[in-house]
Amino acid sequence: MTSAPLLRVDGVRAVYGDTVALHDVSLDIGDNEFFALLGPSGCGKTTLLRSIAGFETPASGRIEVDGEDLLRMPAHKRPVNMMFQSYALFPHMSVEKNIAYGLESEGLGRAEIARRVAEVVDVVGLGQLAKRRPAQLSGGQRQRVALARAIVKRPRLLLLDEPLSALDRQVRASMQLELKRLQHEVGLTFVVVTHDQEEAMSMADRIAVLRDGRLEQLATPQELYANPASRFVASFIGSANLLDGTTTVGGVDVPGLGVVEAAHALPVGEPATAVVRPEDLELTDAATTGLRGTVIDTYFLGGASTISVEVPGLEAPLLATVHGASRLARGDAVGVRFGRTSAVARDDAGAAASAQEAVSA
Amino acid sequence: MTSTPHQTTPGVRANRVRRGLAPVPFLAPGMLFLIVFMAIPVGLLAFYTFFKRGRFGGLVFEFTFDNWIKLLEPLYLGVIVQSIGMALVVTLLALAIGYPMAYAIAGLSPKWRTIALIAVVLPFWTNFLVRTYAWILLLNNAGWLNQALQGLGLTDEPISMLYTPQAIVVGLLYMYLPLMVLPLYASLQQLDPSLREAATNLGANPWRAFRTVTLPLSLPGALTGCVFVFVPAMSNFVIPELIGGGKTVMVGNLVRDQFFEARDWPFGATLALLLTIILVLVIVLQSAVSRRVTEGPRRG
Repeated sequence: MTSAPLLRVDGVRAVYGDTVALHDVSLDIGDNEFFALLGPSGCGKTTLLRSIAGFETPASGRIEVDGEDLLRMPAHKRPVNMMFQSYALFPHMSVEKNIAYGLESEGLGRAEIARRVAEVVDVVGLGQLAKRRPAQLSGGQRQRVALARAIVKRPRLLLLDEPLSALDRQVRASMQLELKRLQHEVGLTFVVVTHDQEEAMSMADRIAVLRDGRLEQLATPQELYANPASRFVASFIGSANLLDGTTTVGGVDVPGLGVVEAAHALPVGEPATAVVRPEDLELTDAATTGLRGTVIDTYFLGGASTISVEVPGLEAPLLATVHGASRLARGDAVGVRFGRTSAVARDDAGAAASAQEAVSA
Repeated sequence: MTSTPHQTTPGVRANRVRRGLAPVPFLAPGMLFLIVFMAIPVGLLAFYTFFKRGRFGGLVFEFTFDNWIKLLEPLYLGVIVQSIGMALVVTLLALAIGYPMAYAIAGLSPKWRTIALIAVVLPFWTNFLVRTYAWILLLNNAGWLNQALQGLGLTDEPISMLYTPQAIVVGLLYMYLPLMVLPLYASLQQLDPSLREAATNLGANPWRAFRTVTLPLSLPGALTGCVFVFVPAMSNFVIPELIGGGKTVMVGNLVRDQFFEARDWPFGATLALLLTIILVLVIVLQSAVSRRVTEGPRRG
């Protein structure tokens, strides 16, 4: 990032009773960025979002927008709007009234409000529905209203709490594209909270992976996938074959399998995990020398197939992705060769530290 | 809710008819009970209103409208208006006191919420007459309240509080306040907290968030509470009798007097029926208003 960040989260710590929801989390989000906070439930992503919006007060740390301290501002004065997971549409107001609500709070004139509401209604494609009540809309339509209501105020920052979780699969896919289009069109900074890695990967420019209130890794989707900073990130982002062992020079010694060549910068003799993405696992003729295994299942997914292979000495079967349909069948003997393989440390505290370094590097 | 015409296949229609009859076994016992012990007596009451009184109660089967015309006499009209006024005051006071109470209870932690709700309904578990006599002990000229006031030197002579209209209001309010708090609490408690957060997030200060979101959405609960208080407050006759000393006559007392003292059954029936009609109208009004609030104006 070259310019000053739009949002700066600095050492934010949040505590509920005895549990620490956020352990000194720091991150910067740039102008016009589509940013995702990703993690399993209870990782602290929602707490962070709600702290930015002003519904939670962190125990310590700073949150700044354009260099202004947000934590000193009451929630209703922050230049931040949020789309709620439940949408939180006002059931007693029409679509129009819902959207106008934020502008009325600003005390704008009637004509100005009407003009801006009409504009936004158009952008999100709600033309025919402006007079309806939320109860008369479908899930997808409600989401558009929630979105329109949040963007009509032209906030510096738009927060979206699990924006797609309440929609069914098909609406989800189209809404995902639309969110991305909207972000370009209106030129806002989006911060999305999600537990769905596919959603984060497909939409976000950068992703912060959170786990147990700590920032595990912050990187682009491509970087997260190619170079996970920890075993957790490797397993959470996409699917991966994870081979636990001990580092050697240029590899990982996996019990029952021997040394697997893997790129890493860890000291020798550390507990580590070799990460092989399914598309980097090559299935060869059983006659070739090297690792052998038996096909236990094949899944045809249309464009690609996933083949699971049982390898003697390993507890879990290995997964390989091949292009198109595969001629392999259950019980076939195959050779297995690892392509691009990286290794990550298994010690989680160490992983978090190295993730922080990777971010600042 | 939507006005789109549904295309129904015969199978679907049959299914719907069957579903239409399904509630009958569940409704029948209660409905039967209500018809026998509610509709029939009310029908009888209506029947009575069109005949002349018997000398020692009962009625003479001579058709007449006199009973209804008699209602317009200033004496009776005054009592009816006064009853409505009194019940209205009690209802508004209950709303003014009950709303903040219900709002506060809805915001408590689950444990304290239960304790508070039990405290609200606790008076209901005490005998009605005992509670009313307790008020007499409190309010009379040598009562605790007057003793306390004199003890503190705030007044020299006892203030007559018992047997005043104000005393009736206090007694009715005490009696029916829980009926305001409970429905209000129910509607406030089920309000999604994220709605208030959304209002705040959209720039509404706490007062605007309350006025535009919380208040309108709790209106159906408030209206239910108002009906729950207004209806029994208007027809109560024990409290006006005991705490009001029978000086302030409300419709309930009038009905009782017609049957037991004046032995004018037809006129008593007319008054009772009028009371019922007023209360039914109040309930109809309430449900119409709350439907409008929750569903919005009907679309054409």
